[in-house]
Amino acid sequence: MVRLHALDRKLLRDIRRLWSQVLAIALVLACGVAILLTAFGMVRALEATLEDYYGRQNFADLFSTARRAPAALIEEIRAIDGVSAAEARVTGWAVLDLPGRAAAASGRILSLPEGGARLNAPLLVTGRLPDPDSDHEVAVNDRFAQANGYRPGDRFSAVLDGTRTMLSITGTLRSPEFIYALPPGGMMPDEAGYAVIWMPARAAQARFGLTGAFNDLAVTLHRTADLPAVTDSIDALLKPWGGSGAYLRDRQPSHAFIDAELAQLRNMAVVLPPIFLGIAAFLVNMLLGRIVALERAEIGLLKAVGYREAEIALHYFGLAVLVAAIGIGIGWGAGTWLARGMAQIYARFFDFPWLIRPGGVDVYAVSGLLGLAAAGIGAARAALGAARLDPAVAMAPAAPPRFKHGPIDRLVGAMGLSQPAMMILRGLLRWPLRAAMTMLGLAFGVGILVASTFLTDSLDEVIDTSFFRSNRQHASLILAAEAPVSVAQAARGLPGVLAVEPQFDLPVTLRHGPRSKRVSITARPSGGDLVRTLDEAGHVVGIPRHGLVLSSHLAEQLGVGRGDRLQVEIEQDRSRGFEETVTAVTTQYLGLGAYMDLDALAARLNEAPRATALHLALDPVARPGFHAAIKALPEIASAVLLTEIRDSFRDTISENIRRNTILFLTISILITSGVAYNGARIQLSERARELASLRILGFTRREASSILLGETAVLAVLAQPLGWGIGALISWAMVAGFDSDLYRIPLVLTAANFATASLVTLGAALASALLVRRRFDRADIVAVLKTRE
Amino acid sequence: MSMAARKPGSLAAPIAIFRTDRLTKLYGAGEVSEVRALDGVDLTLPEAELVVLLGPSGSGKSTLLNILGGLDHATSGQAWFRDRELTAMTDRQLTRYRRDHVGFVFQFYNLVASLTARENVELVTDIAVDPMPAEEALALVGLNERLDHFPAQMSGGEQQRVAIARAIAKRPEVLLCDEPTGALDSRTGIEVLAALDAVNERFGTTILVITHNSDIRRMAHRVIRFQDGRVVDVVRNARRISAQEVEW
Repeated sequence: MVRLHALDRKLLRDIRRLWSQVLAIALVLACGVAILLTAFGMVRALEATLEDYYGRQNFADLFSTARRAPAALIEEIRAIDGVSAAEARVTGWAVLDLPGRAAAASGRILSLPEGGARLNAPLLVTGRLPDPDSDHEVAVNDRFAQANGYRPGDRFSAVLDGTRTMLSITGTLRSPEFIYALPPGGMMPDEAGYAVIWMPARAAQARFGLTGAFNDLAVTLHRTADLPAVTDSIDALLKPWGGSGAYLRDRQPSHAFIDAELAQLRNMAVVLPPIFLGIAAFLVNMLLGRIVALERAEIGLLKAVGYREAEIALHYFGLAVLVAAIGIGIGWGAGTWLARGMAQIYARFFDFPWLIRPGGVDVYAVSGLLGLAAAGIGAARAALGAARLDPAVAMAPAAPPRFKHGPIDRLVGAMGLSQPAMMILRGLLRWPLRAAMTMLGLAFGVGILVASTFLTDSLDEVIDTSFFRSNRQHASLILAAEAPVSVAQAARGLPGVLAVEPQFDLPVTLRHGPRSKRVSITARPSGGDLVRTLDEAGHVVGIPRHGLVLSSHLAEQLGVGRGDRLQVEIEQDRSRGFEETVTAVTTQYLGLGAYMDLDALAARLNEAPRATALHLALDPVARPGFHAAIKALPEIASAVLLTEIRDSFRDTISENIRRNTILFLTISILITSGVAYNGARIQLSERARELASLRILGFTRREASSILLGETAVLAVLAQPLGWGIGALISWAMVAGFDSDLYRIPLVLTAANFATASLVTLGAALASALLVRRRFDRADIVAVLKTRE
Repeated sequence: MSMAARKPGSLAAPIAIFRTDRLTKLYGAGEVSEVRALDGVDLTLPEAELVVLLGPSGSGKSTLLNILGGLDHATSGQAWFRDRELTAMTDRQLTRYRRDHVGFVFQFYNLVASLTARENVELVTDIAVDPMPAEEALALVGLNERLDHFPAQMSGGEQQRVAIARAIAKRPEVLLCDEPTGALDSRTGIEVLAALDAVNERFGTTILVITHNSDIRRMAHRVIRFQDGRVVDVVRNARRISAQEVEW
């Protein structure tokens, strides 16, 4: 058996004696390590998975669509400098009538080239690929099959380009194009209600009247490709055939969502861990400072018997290292568990062919090293101070601290405070740095709570704005192709429809000086009441008859405000375009928004008004009739049922929020009690004799301990406003971190927010201080006085 | 190396273990409150003696002990341990010197509360070059039964004897004791003095003891009296009494 050195045994016993404080610090440190591990681990895992999956399945770099391009054009595209491979496809929309499902489901039809797809190649999961010569065999995405319980051999009915047909499933697939499969107009994946359907190329061309032609293009590029040049060449080739403008992966819907998730994870890894590690360092500093102060004589002795400075410093660093080791251990455990949970959530929303394996030895190593560094930095002052103690001085009783009459002191003295109050005040002024650090620690406890409750309010605001105040429709119908605006009249005649508002989406590039952004202009009739836009104060603003309305997010990105003029360039035909004035800026949390009046846009385009989607108000009683009717409509790509989205969105989010709130509440209480308890314990050890003397002089326990608790109380109260500020700052950082083109969250800080945070932290501080008071109450005052200082 | 018995009063000329030359220590030099803790002390102390330092508080005893023990620096003058000048040593060299040659015993035992008697002694034996086993050191002070007790479970006398065991475990050439019995009652004080005497007898360790109990001087080979930072006189006892005979 290895014999531990006596000094090491002291270390282990110190840890055991101080276990509650050690654990409190270790838990805070563990939070930092766990978040770091989870976020970085997931980023790395996602990136590696994507790279691997994309690489193996030849996920395209560039995408474009056209109305109808001749098949021969693909050779010209392949010849463009920088293009590595190009594949032409036929794509289209289908309304699906699934047995046992009242509402219509929608399907995305993709043609499967005869020799198999080389780009965006789907992976066969079950069954086989459809026979290239068959006109009714299809493969569907695996998630859809699973959600509906379909197996190879099962059949379902679909309306393709106006014709109802039975399709039979030969196999199930998954594709890098649909890792995150968002139905048109939808906000979350809908596995049972949205299918990706692969159909043999010949059958697909025939169904959509595109024999000898294509309407969808996927291209992979050489690493050295000149992106703008390639894009321009492809756009030029497709323009005569109704090309929509080429776009890169960053606008491919599935990839864009994963990218946003990655950005959020990276942000989480950068914003939160430093806060936790910083607080842990501060707590280590406090704890070790106190221990070194209490062990002055022992340190003196160690030096007297010949221990070197380095040995003594290492002893105290050792304590910090042990605290860190406990924290890192817990952090690794929690992080592994969290990452596994997150991988499960990803597995639910993202369709990867294999399990995401978070972490890797280096992620553990880096998070562990950062945890160690935080504890080490926290220990440095106390450990080096202990090493530098002069042995003769250390063993002599500490001189009474030098109190001075400062200007503040004189001012307060003039207020005629009681002696105990003076003791509290002078204690604070004597060690201003320590008081400030304690206050800062408590403030962080408040801040973290503010930031967590803020998220609840913020997401409430998002849901309220997005689903109750702006998108008030019961359902939206996404049209398979542009239609004259009169389609709205036709839809009004469907069973159960109370009101219809048409919408036209036009992909454009908005330019303002050097800045530009590719978005869609959403055009709606100005009198619309179902789908509304809100201004920054939350008031409804109708779409004005002239000009462009931008979401504040988009306006910021373009650097424009009301009255500024923008260049609008139409994606399908860049030679066309017009200038428009920004007439209003609106609040919007999901997506970027640019809005115009339907007629005004039509006038700008010199065309008759058209529609790409219809928003409906429905009579709840007549819903079954409505569902049955739209299943037979050929013009519809998909039907979005807002009521369902509202519910599922709210459920998912409230579950997440509940978990978050519990987590942050725990962390905040840990921090607050850690700081308050340590602070009060230091007070107790420094003032033990004073307080015992007061007791002997006839002060009651309550009076004597009020001095002890007073300092903590004063600091806790002073920490509140600072904590609110820190909370606002963390919240702001989180808002900035969440910010992406897909969604953003508002900074909602309410008085109730701050009050809750303050109540919880003051409660935790009070409880910790009372624990210390109990210790004082139990102390034998005579023994305290007899002990050498 | 130093543990070979060297009896005082043998025929060979006594070898000096400590020597000082105009050793001076000022506290708060240059200030109004300047204190002359040591004022030009010249001393020669032969090895293997038990020396008692007497004098009122603030007379310079502890300051001398601290400088000879390598815990403090002199303001001027010189001090030697054998042929090595302590006053010329760096902090690092002083640490080495303490580690290899000096044992300390203090009035307040300065035991580490979280370590047992044995472990407190091991604190020193862990870093010493040729230590005796901790158990042996504790047996020497009569504590072989209390090896695994924590300081809080022992009497003051026992704690002080642990401190002595800790000091002698590394077989030091000198043992410096600052009021080792100051916090003890007569019975336990005598136990401690007996332990010190035994160490001096058995190992020939030079022992310097600061005390306020002037009767203890009768145990010493040599008594040095201090007043205002100066040595008033140095007396050699012709006859020494045993620890048990010391009156409290």
